[in-house]
Amino acid sequence: MADYAKPDVLVSTDWVAQNTNNPNVRIVEVDVDTKGYDEGHVPGAVGWNWQTQLCDQLRRDVIGKQQLEQLMGSSGIDNGTTVVLYGDNNNWFAAWAYWQLKMYGHKDVRLMNGGRKKWIAEGRELSQDAPSRAAKQYSAKEPDPSLRAFLPQVQDAAKQVQAGKAAMVDVRSPDEFSGKILSPPGLPETCQRGGHIPGAANIPWGQACNEDGTFKSADELKKLYEGKGISANKDVIAYCRIGERSSHTWFVLKELLGFPNVRNYDGSWTEWGNLVGAPVER
Amino acid sequence: MKPEDHSVRKVALGAAVVTLSSYRLGSVWHCIADNTDPGARLARAQGTTRDQAESSALAEAEALLSGKRVAPVTGCSGG
Repeated sequence: MADYAKPDVLVSTDWVAQNTNNPNVRIVEVDVDTKGYDEGHVPGAVGWNWQTQLCDQLRRDVIGKQQLEQLMGSSGIDNGTTVVLYGDNNNWFAAWAYWQLKMYGHKDVRLMNGGRKKWIAEGRELSQDAPSRAAKQYSAKEPDPSLRAFLPQVQDAAKQVQAGKAAMVDVRSPDEFSGKILSPPGLPETCQRGGHIPGAANIPWGQACNEDGTFKSADELKKLYEGKGISANKDVIAYCRIGERSSHTWFVLKELLGFPNVRNYDGSWTEWGNLVGAPVER
Repeated sequence: MKPEDHSVRKVALGAAVVTLSSYRLGSVWHCIADNTDPGARLARAQGTTRDQAESSALAEAEALLSGKRVAPVTGCSGG
C-alpha cells in the first residue's frame, strides 16, 4: 500500500483482525446487501444500513449533519476514533460511507482492503453478536463542498471537458454508458434516457479492483485512468447511476492517487438522464 | 464461527450473468446471487448443502430478472 498517495487510508484484513478490541478503533460494515451484516460480521463491528441510515429518508440527499452526528455517536464513535469501513462487493457502499464521513470532516477514516469478500475468503471469524460500546458525543463539521458536485457544477464542467480543462468519468458498465440499457440487470429503470454526459470517459468502477476485492497498485490505477484522459491536472467529476459506484472511483482518484480536485456527482445519471433538454451522447 | 469452503462462480441466465457466492457457516450453507456488474444482490438463500443454497438463490434471481418478481425494497437498488 506504500505507493498510494495516502497509504494510511487502507488497512489489511490482518490489521483489522488484530484491532477488533482496540478501544480507539471502530469497525463499521456497510453493504449493498443490507442483510449481509446479520448473517455474520467482523467481531465487534457495527452495521450501517445505507438505505435507512446513510440517506435522507424524505428528500433525495445524503444524511444531514445532525443525523450523521447521531449515527456516529450512537455507534460509539467520537471525533478521535479511527473508523474502519468495510463492506461487500469490493467495498462499494463502504466507499460511499467513506465519502460522506470525509465530507463531514472526520479525520481518521480507512477502508479494509478487500472488504467482506476477502475476510470471508480467508476464513476469518464471523460474529452474529450485536456489538456493545457506550454511546459518545460526536461533532461534525459543515459539509466540505469541494468533494461533491451538484448539477450546476456538472453542467459547467461538461463545457470545460471539451476544452480539456476538466474531465468526467462515467463509472457505469459499457452497456449503461452506451445507452443500450437504462439500469443494470434486475434493478429499476429510473431514467428517461440512456447514454452518457458528452465527453465523459467510461471506466467501470470495478476495474480499480483485483479479483480478491483489493485495490490495484498505484501504478496500475494511474495507467488505467490516465490512459483515458483522467489526470491529476484536471478538475475531475465521477458519476454513475445514483452516486455510489462513483464514490468508489472518487476514493481511488482522491485518496489512492492523490488527485487534488475530484468530486462525486451523486445526482448522477438518474438526475442527468431525466433532465429536459440536457445533452446526451451515445 | 468461521466461514468455510468459500466459492464464487458465474452462471449465465438468459442475457444476464449472475455471480453465485457461497460458503458454509457451521452447518448452514449461504448463497448470494448478484448481477455481476455492478454486483447488486438479486437473491440470498440458505440450505443444508451448497447445491440447495445455490439452486434456491438462482431460482429467485431468475424470477427477478425475468420480471416475475419485483426488485426487493432493500439491497437491490444500488449503483
